[in-house]
Amino acid sequence: MPEPLHALTGRASRPAQGPVAVVESVRVDIAGTPVLRGLDLRLEAGEVVGLLGPNGSGKSTLLRMLAGLIPPAGGRCRVLGADISADGAAGRAARAAVRTSVTLIGHQPALYPQLELGENLRLVARLTGRDETDATAALESVGLAAATHRRADQCSHGMLRRADLARALLTEPHLLLLDEAHAGLDRDSVHLVQVLTEAVRSRSGACVLVSHERDRLRPMVDRAVELVDGAVVPASVSVP
Amino acid sequence: MSRAVGAGEQVRALVGLQLALERRTGEALLVVAPFGAVALLLLPMAVGTDVPLLRQVGPGFYWLVVLLFGVMLTVRHSAEDGPGPRALLAQCGVDPVARALARVVADAVLLLAFQLLLAPVAVALYDPRIPGWPALLLVLPLVAVGLAALGALAGAVSAGVPGRAVLGPLLVVPLAVPLLLGATQVIEAAKYARAPWPWLVLMGLAGLLALLATVLTARALEEAG
Repeated sequence: MPEPLHALTGRASRPAQGPVAVVESVRVDIAGTPVLRGLDLRLEAGEVVGLLGPNGSGKSTLLRMLAGLIPPAGGRCRVLGADISADGAAGRAARAAVRTSVTLIGHQPALYPQLELGENLRLVARLTGRDETDATAALESVGLAAATHRRADQCSHGMLRRADLARALLTEPHLLLLDEAHAGLDRDSVHLVQVLTEAVRSRSGACVLVSHERDRLRPMVDRAVELVDGAVVPASVSVP
Repeated sequence: MSRAVGAGEQVRALVGLQLALERRTGEALLVVAPFGAVALLLLPMAVGTDVPLLRQVGPGFYWLVVLLFGVMLTVRHSAEDGPGPRALLAQCGVDPVARALARVVADAVLLLAFQLLLAPVAVALYDPRIPGWPALLLVLPLVAVGLAALGALAGAVSAGVPGRAVLGPLLVVPLAVPLLLGATQVIEAAKYARAPWPWLVLMGLAGLLALLATVLTARALEEAG
């Protein structure tokens, strides 16, 4: 049995074929309270999936689990070929490997508030082994070239969302998870999301977009699933 | 295209970042250090101008101020404790061990600078006789590394816990007692022509144990937090 690639390189990689993520009967507890209860989901290569559901249904928790940031308490979950539901050190290693190939754009921007936007992106480039000039290019791509020297804590919410999109452009993830896909984004920024999802799709990756706005989500996704009380509603899987 | 980034490179990047942020905010050296100097000034005001007494208690009081204000420095709300930086580092694949080591190194540098800033203040106020001052060249970095490792450990244990500002010092101060004892006794040993090595070894061991605990628990505490 060959060793999984992430065990050798420390990075999860896209399997040559097969699904990007397989979630089977997964349970996640937050502070002892079950948030995901026996959730099943499969993300195929090249797929953009919309995730709907009321507040508190577990959408953000599902994204955080898929990003390798929180471990499942039960069930089985493979992301980019790595078993992130494994126990102990093996599971921690798998989740650490997955984090480098998955980008989660959450409610709060993943940025240092005391640093300028350019400094933040250059830090990401340095920590992920990319050229620092790519960071500047990524900021230009999202229309933030003029704000390169502005500190993150002096930027508007929309600018921070764009900076997070720039981070996703820079890190070239194989799985893109976008929470509240339309929050704080104007029409141009929503177009950026589409550009980004197409880029991930072209790498045979997958995207999950969370939104409360079903109508705005429809043109951006291949199918949508609905989460209620920490589980996928079986009848909710639809092609928009 | 990206290349693999080793833990050493991550540590260097994060140490540079933390020191750059300190230069920008001055949180440790422009806020905590002046408070430490004020504390050193308060003792002579409290006991009066009893020069022999001040000369006798001066070194001990210096180390007490270094310990208490050093703890403040190490458990201060680090730039990396916010949700944004934590998410950024996690998603960049920064190893929690690298993150913990970077914090230890950066805080040790700041603590060393803190001690060096306070030392002339203590000398001016207390005029102490320090016969074994060469041993201080070892004591200063040992105290800095030991306190920094304890602060990093306490920061990781109390991450995300309500009241962490209180919990951090409560965790660090008792564990820092060997450092305080060692630092004061090295000077005492020199005064009475005794060997300072047992105390230096005690301080080294305390720092090493704190560092090992920080490194060994970093990954598990990262996910728990």
